[in-house]
Amino acid sequence: MIRAALSALLSHWWRHKVQLAALMIGLALATGLWTGVQAINQEARSSYDAAASVLGQDQLDRLLRADGALIAPQAFVDLRRAGWLVSPVVEDEVRIGGVRLRVLGIDPLTAPPAAAAVDLTGDGDLAAFIGDDRLVFVSPETAGRLPSDPLTVRLSDDLPPGVAIADISTAWSLLEMEGFSHLLVWPEQPYGVPPLEDAAPDLVRIAADGANDVGRLTGSFHLNLTAFGLLSFVVGLFIVHAAVGLAFEQRRPMFRTLRALGLPARHLVGLLGGEMLILAFMGGALGIVVGYFVAAILLPDVAATLRGLYGAEVSGTLRLDPGWILAGFAIALVGTAVASAQSLWRLARLPVLAPAQPRAWSMATSRSLALQAGLGSALLLVAGVLAVFGHGLLSGFAVLATLLLGAALLLPAVLMALLRLGASFARTPLAEWVWADTRQQVPGLSLALMALLLALAASIGVGTMVSSFRLTFTDWLDQRLASELYVTASTEEEAERLRSFLQPLAHAVLPIRSVEARVAGAPAEIYGIVDHATYRDHWPLLQGRDDTWDRIAASDGALINEQLHRRAGLSIGDVVTLPNGWSETVVGVYSDYGNPTGQVIVGLDALADRYPDLARLRHAVRIAPEDAPALADRIRDEFGFTMRVINQDEVKRLSLDVFERTFLVTGALTVLTLGVAAFAILTSLLTLAAMRLPQLAPVWALGLTRRRLAWIELARAVLLALLTWLVAVPLGLLLAWLLLAIVNVEAFGWRLPLFVFPLDWLALALWAMLAAALAAAWPAWRLARIPPARLLQVFAHER
Amino acid sequence: MIVLLDVQNVHKSYPTEEGDLAVLRGVSLALDEGQSLALTGESGSGKSTLLHLSAGLDRPTSGQVVLDGRDLTSLDDRGRASLRRGSVGLVFQQFNLIPSLTVAQNLAFHARLADRHDKDWTGLLADRLGLSGHLARYPEHLSGGQQQRVAIGRTLAARPRLVLADEPTGNLDEDSGDAVLDLMLDLVAEAGAALLMVTHSRRLAARLDGQLTLEHGRIA
Repeated sequence: MIRAALSALLSHWWRHKVQLAALMIGLALATGLWTGVQAINQEARSSYDAAASVLGQDQLDRLLRADGALIAPQAFVDLRRAGWLVSPVVEDEVRIGGVRLRVLGIDPLTAPPAAAAVDLTGDGDLAAFIGDDRLVFVSPETAGRLPSDPLTVRLSDDLPPGVAIADISTAWSLLEMEGFSHLLVWPEQPYGVPPLEDAAPDLVRIAADGANDVGRLTGSFHLNLTAFGLLSFVVGLFIVHAAVGLAFEQRRPMFRTLRALGLPARHLVGLLGGEMLILAFMGGALGIVVGYFVAAILLPDVAATLRGLYGAEVSGTLRLDPGWILAGFAIALVGTAVASAQSLWRLARLPVLAPAQPRAWSMATSRSLALQAGLGSALLLVAGVLAVFGHGLLSGFAVLATLLLGAALLLPAVLMALLRLGASFARTPLAEWVWADTRQQVPGLSLALMALLLALAASIGVGTMVSSFRLTFTDWLDQRLASELYVTASTEEEAERLRSFLQPLAHAVLPIRSVEARVAGAPAEIYGIVDHATYRDHWPLLQGRDDTWDRIAASDGALINEQLHRRAGLSIGDVVTLPNGWSETVVGVYSDYGNPTGQVIVGLDALADRYPDLARLRHAVRIAPEDAPALADRIRDEFGFTMRVINQDEVKRLSLDVFERTFLVTGALTVLTLGVAAFAILTSLLTLAAMRLPQLAPVWALGLTRRRLAWIELARAVLLALLTWLVAVPLGLLLAWLLLAIVNVEAFGWRLPLFVFPLDWLALALWAMLAAALAAAWPAWRLARIPPARLLQVFAHER
Repeated sequence: MIVLLDVQNVHKSYPTEEGDLAVLRGVSLALDEGQSLALTGESGSGKSTLLHLSAGLDRPTSGQVVLDGRDLTSLDDRGRASLRRGSVGLVFQQFNLIPSLTVAQNLAFHARLADRHDKDWTGLLADRLGLSGHLARYPEHLSGGQQQRVAIGRTLAARPRLVLADEPTGNLDEDSGDAVLDLMLDLVAEAGAALLMVTHSRRLAARLDGQLTLEHGRIA
């Protein structure tokens, strides 16, 4: 019995291959885009964890100099003599052959076991590590990017990308520095060692930090990706829901026959559940393959973004991970269950004598439409309440989800109203029929149109956000990067000589000094500046006072960036606590786009007092813009290429490049979502085409040619896409506002003004209409060529 | 003779917005093994409802339907489904073939469902029904008469003890209808099954062993 019934149920798919393809592709796309994003996130998180655990930084305490300067070798020797079990580490970044490398120099003889980053247990390995002053250990991926010269490269699979482990002397030589960045503290110390305050008064002990900062900083970026993955998943689910729903509706007569022939209802529901499980498994498997390719294509850009925006090294190569493969299957099963739950529920309650004719959605009652619109309105209300009273990033995403879902559910009712309005202008019987018939098509196409609405709204919303961001960011760069040249010397002597050299040539030479510190419990930078018009006239202040710059000049107060202002809740008049018991009153807040960390600006004297040994290597140079390139050349001629000279234009270009990359992935996901929606329209039109014949045959019989009917079908799809676009524009703008005013503020810590770009919307309208026309082209072409006998069958069946 | 179907004082009403609508008002009938009986009456007289109750497709509001010694009113959905699968064959006016299965698959379908598939018997039925040349085709490619013959073949292939036919020729022209009915009566007799057939046509009804006429839910 089971086998016979199952073969009958499955035979439907064999006879409706387009429907099966729609279901499979819908499921594969939904699962694929979601899995792709998960794979990217997983890869990034693995890289963060690997980076955080290098040298046991997530387990071992560290000793640092309070002023951020390097630790003198003598301090290390003194500590060891006092009995402290510590091991020195040198750490900095260097570019070798254009590849940025985080070099970690270690002393293998004193390093604690938890800091054993590379295996040196083989014969001669330790001797080579210490003796070969060009030997570095890197991951295979990093090795592939590094030039063979001047390094001797050995591979270690355990290292994260972009990290090189070397002996301390090798690291000194590569980084051109002397001294230690920090000392690793063994977990167990000998009994009776003197307190650290006595043994090394300049050093402070930093506890091992299990949660890595990079992971924390990039969390919001990954949450954004996840949200877009979820959006694509939902749009894909619309296709699955439409395909499953249609398959159930079309098989209603079969279900009735099976029940009449003696198949118990429970068996039927169980078999259909099993069928869905098989299809979900197949679609999920296909989706995982799609997801792998999506992730593999997007990962290099994501890695570049994370590197540029957060300085986080992420492997650009994707690894197969059982975690996201299983998650892919799980989401496919959950998605199919969600998409088919309603149909299975209906079937379980279907009386055996229920009308056997396929109802589909085209026959959906006005009551269900009203119910759907009511639910949509309720969701919009929830979105409004959450927007006003909610807090946090999750609440922001909940607002987005309820808004989009609510608007999608309301769409059919809105389209009906618009079509009724259109019908009131109809003057000919044909026009009246077209409007009325289009209205009848709305329920059948509503799922596809809802998917299109979400895709269009997402495109408008994200497009508006990115374009608004681009405009603001460009203006901000102009203000923030007011100096024409940025010059960095390699040594203090060279810096001194540079200042003398520039004195007669530049309008002003402004020192740039900074120290990394923890402010309000998170990583931050403290900058010291001199009093100059460059800052007074250009600095992008969001909040300020009349005496802001006077207070900074007098080293009596601090400016903080917007991120710190929002995260720590600090405003003008509040006191910001800085390291070593230092605190300053906040006298202004400035915008600082693209920077994930907090930033504090104080007077240069105030910084120099607290950190007297700060390197004075970096300078901003003011000069007439047209003279900047010539001066840059003169500096290079005078000092050679050890002096780093960066033109303002170059910094802007690099910054904009980082910016563009940041939104490349979200842009790609938006386009993919639009493609999925177009596919949803195609599949809906194809599957509905056969059910349309009873509506079209009478009109054909009354004298309309098949060709003309086909053109009307095409025009109808374009009209519905256009009307959906009309609804998508205000929804997209609302989405953009939410992204800018809530999600970005929560995720990145900055708020941007909203700009509108009507030409982009018009372009999108054309794309939407083109997508609808392409989707409708095949069904219309088939209609134009349908044999008259097929249309006549409609009348034969109705006899 | 052994009574195969025994319908005792069956009432059936449906709730409507205006109150309960009584469709059957105390109908009783008995059908012996191998006997054929026509149910006639005006539209809305309750013929199809009585047929559905006899098949266990629905439950009476009151009264008793005993099929093959089992009281259908006391069986749950599963029990009634099992009885339909094993003992009853249904022929509908709309044919109700499975569109995604071929003619051959449709013919064997009920028998396979009942685990009683007999290839030779099904093949013989296909020959007798004139379907041998159409076995690989799908129902949509057949005429109405051919489709109804497939539906009859599907029913008889399962060797049911009771064939219930609801206007089996209602969708066919007179000549095709007569031909199909002749064939059905022959094959039902050959299979030793009993037949209860709903029809509007007194002419067709006269060809069966007996006939009952329903009027406003009662035996006239």
